[in-house]
Amino acid sequence: MSELAPYLVGSPVFGIGISIITFYAGNLLYKKTGSPLLNPLVLSMLMIIGLLLSLHITFDDYNRGGQYISFFLGPATVILAVPLYKKISLLKENVIPILAGISVGSAAGIVSIIVMCRMFGLDELLSLSMIPKSVTTPIGIEISNQLGGIPSITVAAIVFTGIAGVLLSPLVCKLFRINDKVAVGIAIGTSSHALGTTKAVEMGETEGAMSGMAISIAGLVTVFLAPILAKILM
Amino acid sequence: MIPIRYIIQLVIILSICFMGDILHNYLNLPIPGNILGMMLLLVLLVTGILKLSMIEDVSNFLLKHLSFFFIPAAVGLITCFSILEGKWTALLFISVISTFIITVVTGMTVQILIKRRRSVE
Repeated sequence: MSELAPYLVGSPVFGIGISIITFYAGNLLYKKTGSPLLNPLVLSMLMIIGLLLSLHITFDDYNRGGQYISFFLGPATVILAVPLYKKISLLKENVIPILAGISVGSAAGIVSIIVMCRMFGLDELLSLSMIPKSVTTPIGIEISNQLGGIPSITVAAIVFTGIAGVLLSPLVCKLFRINDKVAVGIAIGTSSHALGTTKAVEMGETEGAMSGMAISIAGLVTVFLAPILAKILM
Repeated sequence: MIPIRYIIQLVIILSICFMGDILHNYLNLPIPGNILGMMLLLVLLVTGILKLSMIEDVSNFLLKHLSFFFIPAAVGLITCFSILEGKWTALLFISVISTFIITVVTGMTVQILIKRRRSVE
């Protein structure tokens, strides 16, 4: 058995296998508890990192299989057009308020991130990795690469953001008297992507649909805004 | 046995990815190839050149398990521990506060504009 271990770790089967097993376990735990803190991606990541550290396996060994999973980030980004296409008719009634809201909100987000990164004295690499942290993960990874950030840090910040959105956004909307259903949905989808949208879906049909539509639009808007604002402000 | 239809759908999606990459490289656009692919797919669907049914099964499968494909990128955090030392609190703070700001600014903007339009009508 122990003679087999190096073969297993040296094979792509290892990375792919532990990703599938831990993700399955993470999903089971999430479904059992329903807690946003037990996010399947976070659980899977923590289990794999724990396993790699305790068995002294390098990331490169893991990524021999992992790279095949990452390959699907391309198709995963492209097919984000599908939910947007299905919901694009929702835009009709409120095109200008929705597009203006998403653009102003995303810009405010990027500016606030750059300002806070400076306040904390974070270096450029970290700041660039933080800029796309509000958009959906596949688009965030693309923007992070484009800006010269570290996608892994972006992914971690994106997940933090999503969990924060689930926990805080209903409260924040109430506090600031944002009660229009369209406004609530768009705000949640723009600020906390697909994770926040799970909360918006719970709040109501309109909120959920608007939030779902806002995910892709906010992603596209940020693709254009991020490099421009980064250039001006950094 | 995987139905041939799924393979065709995957080939269509991968071709659009590839076209996005080509556009990115040839036109020297500052927009990532996959995003160009996404915009291309949206145009193809809206104009009716591509029917949703031609890619729907594989799209639904990928969307349903979307976060699975982020695992290797997330695990890559293991290589960043030294860069992140002592900065976790800052990153957590920035993530939470910027989420708060975006929710308020987006929500208020949409709400004010919708109300103004209704009052004009």
